Amino acid sequence: MPHRFRHLLAIEPLTSEQITFLLDQAKPFQEFQRYPLKKLATLRGKTVALAFFENSTRTRISFSTAASRLGADQMNLQAESSSLKKGESLSDTVRTLEAMKPDAIVIRHSASGAAEFISTRVDVPVINAGDGTHEHPTQALLDALTIRDRVGALDNCNITIIGDILHSRVARSNIHLLSKFGARITLCGPAMWLPRELDSLAPGIRRLPRLEEALEGADVVMALRIQQERLHEPSLSADEYILRYQLTPARLRLANPSAIVLHPGPMIRGLEIDPAVADSLQSCILEQVTNGLAIRMAILFELIAGSAEPQEQSKESPHASH
Amino acid sequence: MRIIEKRQLMSADEIRRTLERLAHEIVEKSGGAKDLALIGVRRRGIPLAERLAKSIRASSKAEIPVGTLDITLYRDDLSTVAPQPVVQSSEIPFPVDDRDLLLVDDVLYTGRTVRAAMNGLFDLGRPRRIRLCVLIDRGHRELPVEASFIGRAVETTDAEIIEVRLNEIDHEERVMVMDRVD
Repeated sequence: MPHRFRHLLAIEPLTSEQITFLLDQAKPFQEFQRYPLKKLATLRGKTVALAFFENSTRTRISFSTAASRLGADQMNLQAESSSLKKGESLSDTVRTLEAMKPDAIVIRHSASGAAEFISTRVDVPVINAGDGTHEHPTQALLDALTIRDRVGALDNCNITIIGDILHSRVARSNIHLLSKFGARITLCGPAMWLPRELDSLAPGIRRLPRLEEALEGADVVMALRIQQERLHEPSLSADEYILRYQLTPARLRLANPSAIVLHPGPMIRGLEIDPAVADSLQSCILEQVTNGLAIRMAILFELIAGSAEPQEQSKESPHASH
Repeated sequence: MRIIEKRQLMSADEIRRTLERLAHEIVEKSGGAKDLALIGVRRRGIPLAERLAKSIRASSKAEIPVGTLDITLYRDDLSTVAPQPVVQSSEIPFPVDDRDLLLVDDVLYTGRTVRAAMNGLFDLGRPRRIRLCVLIDRGHRELPVEASFIGRAVETTDAEIIEVRLNEIDHEERVMVMDRVD
């Protein structure tokens, strides 16, 4: 099988076939979320370490629920109570975790490259839940799943991403993923958040400072969270951002009539997104959350079940079975 | 280690006649086929279930719903799955509660697949009853599982493998006994 996954660190090195495989694997888990009894014993006896060195509620709960529904146990590490505050190095913290023998480590960290760093120092599958401004692979996968379900094939879609692209690992992972399928990507936001270097991420990327222009023809509109800290710069106040870049119903009408709205969350109603848009029929924000659960279950299953050593002469081998 | 064919167990014709006989037996022993539904297990159970439903429809005019079940997530040992497991969708487009379910698979061996299939069904609801129909029962049960409808019972050794080939999946139609040789 060509799809052997040891870690999930980034979207960039993956092929479109590998990505399609993961999205297809998420489908049974999407159905699973509708079962009356949402508990499997598939990963019973396995432990997933959740090492969140950066604050996160939604991603952490999503991975935690995914692990639970697969029947796995968890080790929880959270930033506030972390030993890092006491001066322990990242490497040592993770080695300590590893010594407790988890079957996978999910890591979120504020330093770009942290997930890969960890993967070279531990002998366990590592899943990147967001590293600095680098990548957030599971977010891009759940976004792609949502787009595929609601809009259609990924190669035939126009996506507009709005906001602080420069500092967004969500944007980066999405750009890598969608460009592998030939989607047409338009980036929009204040010029200082849309540097020229972004052009090199994928061929044919457009950078447009005017939202109205950027929305024309869009099938997918993705609004990124605006970090309040970055709005106190003299050149861009919150009011000005709202005036020029808030996704309002009127602006959304400039996109295709069947366009969907995505947001990685948590959203700030009234800042990057108008509440009417967030709650509209075109908004897939809640679907993203459900799909996030499905894709994370698929990934945990693939990485943990896929790393189990197949037995010799097993009665249940693919040939014999039953 | 290689796998070679030892002998043929069933020809295409024999498979067809066996399935027809099974279809009749199922109708006979299902008290009017009320609430009866077939669930094809994993790969080859699916075309077998579909053929049985078709046969039942032709002979008794009863329309029996067919669902499909992937048991990858319910196996009792991850290491017995292929190196990179592929999960597929299960599709059971009818409620399971109070249903008279008939699991259909090609070969019954240790019984672990059936145990996993039952786990999968219980996740969906509470069936009134679950029975099992298999094309081949090769013995060597490791769990207390039995089939109500058996195409053919065969004595086998642990070294042997029963290989079922069906047109829908393998583009040929026969059942063979295979041997593992070094």
